[in-house]
Amino acid sequence: MQKTWNNKAWFMVLPVLVLVAFSAVIPLMTVVNYSVQDTFGNNAFFWAGTDWFTDVLQSDRFWDALQRNLLFSGIILAIEIPLGILIALNMPKKGLGVPVCLVLMALPLLIPWNVVGTIWQVFGRVDIGLLGYTMAALGIQYNYVNNVFDAWVTLIVMDIWHWTSLVVLLCYAGLASIPDAYYQAAKIDGASRWAVFRYIQLPKMKRVLLIAFLLRFMDSFMIYTEPFVITGGGPGNATTFLSIDLVKTAIGQFDLGPAAALSLIYFLIILLLSWIFYTVMTNSDAQT
Amino acid sequence: MARINLEHIRHAYGPNPKKPSDYSLKEVHHEWNDGGAYALLGPSGCGKTTLLNIISGLLQPSEGRILFDGKDVTNLSTQDRNIAQVFQFPVIYDTMTVYDNLAFPLRNRRVPETEVDRRVKEIIEMIGLSDWSRKKAQGLTADQKQKISLGRGLVRSDVSAILFDEPLTVIDPHMKWVLRSQLKRLHKQFGFTMVYVTHDQTEALTFADKVVVMYDGEIVQIGTPAELFERPSHTFVGYFIGSPGMNVLPATVEGSAVHLGGQTINLGFAPKIASGARTELGIRPEFIRLGREGMPVTISKVEDIGRQKIVRAQFADKPIAIVVHEDGDIPSDPRVTFDQAAINIYADSWRVPDTSRVGGGA
Amino acid sequence: MLELKNITKVVGADTHIHPTNLVLERGSLNVLLGPTLSGKTSLMRLMAGLDKPTTGSVHFDGKDVTGMRVQDRSVAMVYQQFINYPAMTVYENIASPMRISGKDKATIDREVRKAAELMKLTPFLERTPLNLSGGQQQRTALARAIVKNASLVLLDEPLANLDYKLREELREELPKLFAASGSIFVYATTEPGEALLLGGSTAALNQGRISQFGTTIDIYRRPTDLVTARTFADPPLNTIDLIKSGAGFQRDGVTVLPVPAHLASMADGPCTVAFHPHHLSLTRPHETSATLPAKIIIAEIAGSESFIHVDSAGSRWVMLEHGIHDIEPDTAVELFVDTRHLMVFGSDGRAIGGSADGHSARGA
Repeated sequence: MQKTWNNKAWFMVLPVLVLVAFSAVIPLMTVVNYSVQDTFGNNAFFWAGTDWFTDVLQSDRFWDALQRNLLFSGIILAIEIPLGILIALNMPKKGLGVPVCLVLMALPLLIPWNVVGTIWQVFGRVDIGLLGYTMAALGIQYNYVNNVFDAWVTLIVMDIWHWTSLVVLLCYAGLASIPDAYYQAAKIDGASRWAVFRYIQLPKMKRVLLIAFLLRFMDSFMIYTEPFVITGGGPGNATTFLSIDLVKTAIGQFDLGPAAALSLIYFLIILLLSWIFYTVMTNSDAQT
Repeated sequence: MARINLEHIRHAYGPNPKKPSDYSLKEVHHEWNDGGAYALLGPSGCGKTTLLNIISGLLQPSEGRILFDGKDVTNLSTQDRNIAQVFQFPVIYDTMTVYDNLAFPLRNRRVPETEVDRRVKEIIEMIGLSDWSRKKAQGLTADQKQKISLGRGLVRSDVSAILFDEPLTVIDPHMKWVLRSQLKRLHKQFGFTMVYVTHDQTEALTFADKVVVMYDGEIVQIGTPAELFERPSHTFVGYFIGSPGMNVLPATVEGSAVHLGGQTINLGFAPKIASGARTELGIRPEFIRLGREGMPVTISKVEDIGRQKIVRAQFADKPIAIVVHEDGDIPSDPRVTFDQAAINIYADSWRVPDTSRVGGGA
Repeated sequence: MLELKNITKVVGADTHIHPTNLVLERGSLNVLLGPTLSGKTSLMRLMAGLDKPTTGSVHFDGKDVTGMRVQDRSVAMVYQQFINYPAMTVYENIASPMRISGKDKATIDREVRKAAELMKLTPFLERTPLNLSGGQQQRTALARAIVKNASLVLLDEPLANLDYKLREELREELPKLFAASGSIFVYATTEPGEALLLGGSTAALNQGRISQFGTTIDIYRRPTDLVTARTFADPPLNTIDLIKSGAGFQRDGVTVLPVPAHLASMADGPCTVAFHPHHLSLTRPHETSATLPAKIIIAEIAGSESFIHVDSAGSRWVMLEHGIHDIEPDTAVELFVDTRHLMVFGSDGRAIGGSADGHSARGA
């Protein structure tokens, strides 16, 4: 669809440009500024060049955190996407069930991140939490504060509970756009349930799945609030993701230079990975 | 291929239908021959798609039974009825190649791959997509996609019937001519039982051996294209078939004479009409001769549509349409004569049979 | 008066409209006839100002309006899809353009009722569009376009989604609407029959080019090139490639058709001979007819007439014959061509002469 050209449109977007400049571009430039300088206080800055970047890229701390991030995102994507599709496929298509399901699905999405963290932090506590207490009563060793595995499981389960709904809602919208004639034709062609999924539903969901995948990847890769609230990055450094590491460096140790370098590297990684995913997925689209 | 029996079928979309007006499809009771080409013709909302979906099994009729070759299939699913259907808008499997799209219904039924290959190549040739065989179906144009849908409908040799739901809607006029004649020829060659739903009279008449004209949930006439044209059994059929439709003029009948305004026409037979019935005379524009003899008319407009002219005129204070040949001239003192054999008499909108005429009457 | 001066539209690597000049007079009805994707909608969008031409300019009553926003122009548009405000009644739908332009209540009421009467919508004024049939919905959209009293009314295949019979009825009513206003009407369609029924002028459009523009019936009778002739034929035009040599059109040195009187002066050489399906017959229509052998492919019966598809020495033709002729496929028959109506096109596709029956020769 072509649009009407109109020079007035530029004036209309001007306020947004100004806002974006103040909220994103200027802070980003400040970060870039910090990342190439060193200071000993008193607002006296020295040129440091790429030293901070080299430091960050050579530290085990960075690579360990990056690995944790990749592992976490990999696991939740591998679970949330198929699970989301499965739930969407089994949701009612018409009747009273539709609004009920949609509201239930939307509920977790409406809860703020820090509250989600607090809910699960309490939920999993062995002394007062429903989950922790029940597990203990059943004789299952569960403690996200001391046990690395338990901490990871808690974070993953929490993320699935919080975000699978998003995948479900997107897939459901994709499925709803398929005309009835397709299902009727498939019946007449004698297609199996699997064939209907593989050749009708999956192709029609492709675009929304791409969006779901990118959103979930970016969000999970930037996860901060929940592990901060639940585990504080522990036990040890087991759940110290790049974001938590960044905050520790910047605010805990007040190492502005290295923190700025780290945040730029972090930003570039997300940009690069998102771009790779997007290109790969849309290219496979173009070949079909 | 199968003979189709529709036994006292009625359908209502709402629950607990009571009055006749609650039914979207009023009683249908007919036998359709094995290997026949039938067209369901009518305006939107006449129930033709409802009837098609009942035959395909996508819809369960509220009442009645449907039989394929004497076997009751009313409660069988679409798959188990073994039919093929082509829809109004193209239904294709985007991610498959053209070849795989056509092979899909066969492979689902575990047809041996050599047989699949033979059938698919035959159909692909017929729909003229051989060059696209290995291409993904996604990038094709709308009419190419619809050809794939048509092809998938024709690829199985063992179906009981092939159903078409306005399949040429998205096709350009020129391509319609090609596809329609191909379908017709296929029918002649293989003798499939075919049911074709459309609102386009040209498609219905040219495609079918028997055209089923529907109006307001009812079948008003089943007949050959010639019967529908020459002897429409209801004024609706007269209006709906032919363009322009039949001229229907209020008239009074006395013995074998018809009075229209100040004019009297001899019918050559005396129709039997119940007293008090509203009587009308029907004559198609093609059977009115415009010349210097006969009854006077006033011409209001002449539409030159190339191969013929449509003359709009006032006759006995009523508007009528007359078709004049491309090279035919229009006199300054125009008069008309009606072809006696082409006149139909209607009482309360239904045609009064002419028992004296051989081959007449529905 | 709307003038398109040398306009083009290029989107990316695709040229949607090749250089086009067109002048449409006030109070005229103009049909854009062409197959899907021939550029009908692109051209309309340029006329409306929804798109800016890549090159060239659009003038209205002598004033350059290229680049002027569609809101600032006096344009109404009706689409193939029935577009109405679903939450408003038919009355409010029709009244909406006048409310926007700030007309007074009495005028609005009068205009709405007049338009509703014309479009046979009076009984439905208080209903909402979703409770109407497709035909009534499209009538509402048409009524809204009329009351706007725009100088330019664009109708993009407005009847395509309607039943065959409804189309016939609306087609008859539309020219009355056109006649009643002084606006420029532009009507896009894929169907030659529709163009002929509407009359007015027609621009035959193909692959982004206007191949011919003129009075509708003239274009049908005297196409200046083969592309136009094909666009303007339903059933499709019958053609055969032959070589004119002396008194005959030949293939492999054998005369297939005689050269009729109206083409006697044409030069020898390769050409395409074309004729309409109703100029082909199973019986001799005229003493000057020529005969050709053919094989029946399939016969289609359409009530009072038959469309008979035939194969004559490899050429696939359609014959329109009065009466019912249910001939079995593969039957050998003899065809008669009414040579008085032959059209001939040179190897460049340009018309070489007109039909003999009083039509003068035009083109190269």
